[in-house]
Amino acid sequence: MSSELAQFFWVFSIAIALVMIAGFYCLLLTYNLIRALIGLELLTKGMTLFIILAGYVTGHTGLAQAMAITLIVIEVVLMVVAVGVVLGIFRHNRSIDARLIRNIKG
Amino acid sequence: MLSLLLLLPLLIVMILNLPLGRFRSLGFWVALVLSLVQAYTVLFAPAALSGNHDVLGRLFSLGLATDNLSRVLLLSISIVTFASLLVGRQTIREEKQRINFANLVLIAMTGMNGTVLLTDLFSLYVFLEVSAVASFILIAMKRDLNALEGAFKYIVLSAVATILMLSSLAVLLLISGSTSFAAVGSAIKAEGRSPLVVFAVAMFLCGLFIKGGLVPFHGWLPGAYSAAPPAVSILLAGIITKVSGIYALIRLATSVLGPSNSINALLMIVGTISILVGALAALGQTDLKRMLAYSSISQVGYIILGLGCGTDLGIAGAIFHLFNHSIFKSLLFVNSAAIEEQLGTTDMSQMGGLGSRMPVTNVTSLIAFLSTAGLPPLSGFWSKLMIVVALWQSSHGGYAVLAVLASVLTLAYLLTMQRRVFFGILTDRWANVQEAGFGITLPATVLALITVGVGVAFPLMFNSFLLPVASFLK
Amino acid sequence: MITTTHWVLLGALVAGAVWTVLTARLLRSAVGLAITSAILAILMFQLASPLAAVFELSVCAGLISAIFVSTISMTHRVTAEDLAIRLKERLHWFWLLPLILLAAGAALISVHFVLDIRPPAPPAENDVRIVLWKIRHLDLLGQIAILLAGAFGVVALFKEWKDE
Repeated sequence: MSSELAQFFWVFSIAIALVMIAGFYCLLLTYNLIRALIGLELLTKGMTLFIILAGYVTGHTGLAQAMAITLIVIEVVLMVVAVGVVLGIFRHNRSIDARLIRNIKG
Repeated sequence: MLSLLLLLPLLIVMILNLPLGRFRSLGFWVALVLSLVQAYTVLFAPAALSGNHDVLGRLFSLGLATDNLSRVLLLSISIVTFASLLVGRQTIREEKQRINFANLVLIAMTGMNGTVLLTDLFSLYVFLEVSAVASFILIAMKRDLNALEGAFKYIVLSAVATILMLSSLAVLLLISGSTSFAAVGSAIKAEGRSPLVVFAVAMFLCGLFIKGGLVPFHGWLPGAYSAAPPAVSILLAGIITKVSGIYALIRLATSVLGPSNSINALLMIVGTISILVGALAALGQTDLKRMLAYSSISQVGYIILGLGCGTDLGIAGAIFHLFNHSIFKSLLFVNSAAIEEQLGTTDMSQMGGLGSRMPVTNVTSLIAFLSTAGLPPLSGFWSKLMIVVALWQSSHGGYAVLAVLASVLTLAYLLTMQRRVFFGILTDRWANVQEAGFGITLPATVLALITVGVGVAFPLMFNSFLLPVASFLK
Repeated sequence: MITTTHWVLLGALVAGAVWTVLTARLLRSAVGLAITSAILAILMFQLASPLAAVFELSVCAGLISAIFVSTISMTHRVTAEDLAIRLKERLHWFWLLPLILLAAGAALISVHFVLDIRPPAPPAENDVRIVLWKIRHLDLLGQIAILLAGAFGVVALFKEWKDE
């Protein structure tokens, strides 16, 4: 692969890595359940771009787009279910603070 | 006919939910029949599952394939689904919840059948998500706080796992331009030790370790198993995590990655740590379901250890233990469902002497625990023996010794469980406890018979069935 | 090959992600996610993937943000005091993130990256519609299954709570 293409790939990869670090940081440090989900979303954003990037660099954009679309559909369903669970926890605790979750034991 | 295993459950779910009146309540029976048909087909009409050249096969390009490994898994899926459905019928009281339960089990069945039949890494991700989303909802369905918290933790860790797997997939797309097992496998072989490939493989393995609940990625598992409704615990512990984590690992290691010393070493280390940590943690639990969850982690460790051994005998032992584990772990969770249903608690410190009041649960639990601990002639003994012998033959004596020692730990915590719950003096509080209903004792009896039957028939099966499993994978 | 547009968009993407994580108000965080998602969609257009970009824009930037915003409005009532406390807590933890990102960025840029792989053979079929509808039937089947599961999830998780 040409060095130009490699550089293109690397610059995009660095940006993706930074977005994902931000998402992971959010997931690890927050006590708010919704913010944890937002962190997960950021991670998924990075992932989507990575797949599209891999497709673009190799010229397989058809497959990469098909993968990204499937990924987006699954992401939405997952988020709906996760939000449903968060709302349930809120109804019990009147809070979405993870510190109120009692069973943090392994 | 292979595609029917996926299409049929989905079609049934769609037809049942058409607004045509009273169809919806039939869901449970249809699902039960479907699980029996699947078991029958795998056992007695395997020819129906071999080809994919019928009308449906031409209509849809699904790219499904079977081998002995997927047949073993198809059989365990049908058996565990059967048990879980019957227990669900008995323990879920509200009609609407029961309908939801049956439908979600059917969807989970599609997800699992798809997972064991597909030949494409991206589809693997899709179908892992199908069964995962179905199980999140099944866990949270009860909507009590513990269940919701267990579900949330599972959702987050499972999402992290899929992100690891997807990052690996993107890299594999980069090197192979495809996601099918064959193309990715040959690309990995060709690129050899490129850092990108090593990164991709490591990410995928980590994702599957999380999905399978192996130490140190097991954080979600005890909470999810113990907070789920009883019928869901059976499904989750018996088959869903086994298919989505362990089967996928076996498939990846054998069909995509091929033999590799460094991966085998990693698998053996993770397996051994899981065996030991799971068993030690199980010793300290007072909640029955939590103890069983840790025991599950420990037993899964044996499967991974056998897989990491890399020899034919080791892989055959791993697959055999996977089957046995899904049967006897489901049985233990069926028993815990009986106890939860009749006593309203799973706290072992409050129990005692229940053996006389619940004889079926007592005897089947004894069989399951002896099999888990690996006592002859039950099924668990043979699969553990195969793994230990394989380790010894491939000169991994240290691992073999650890595996045997951990069996003693298994015996210890399960004996503690049996003594606390069933033996001893019956307290006044439980003097009037009855045996659980037919919906729980029937699956318990069936699963116990399978455990004993497989153990007794082992010498007959060893050459004709078990070893070909390994040779089939080459 | 990498143009100024790419640099700007990538910079905006990272900035959007950082703002999403650092902002103290949850609602703003959700909006930040929507903006990040929209920038991502533009980047996907740039990478010759228009159909996936449309999906990203409508589904992620639109639908998911709507879900988040309505959930936040259902669960969240913040007073000025809360906000002040939270701002302090966040400063306590979150000043680390920009540092980590700078360090990680510098480390990654300094790596001399070589893409030492042979490019894969060109695809037999590169039209996403054909790939999705004619070749990857199994993924479509999986999507149908997961959408059905989601429907049951909505029924099971969102229906009225009787006991309250």
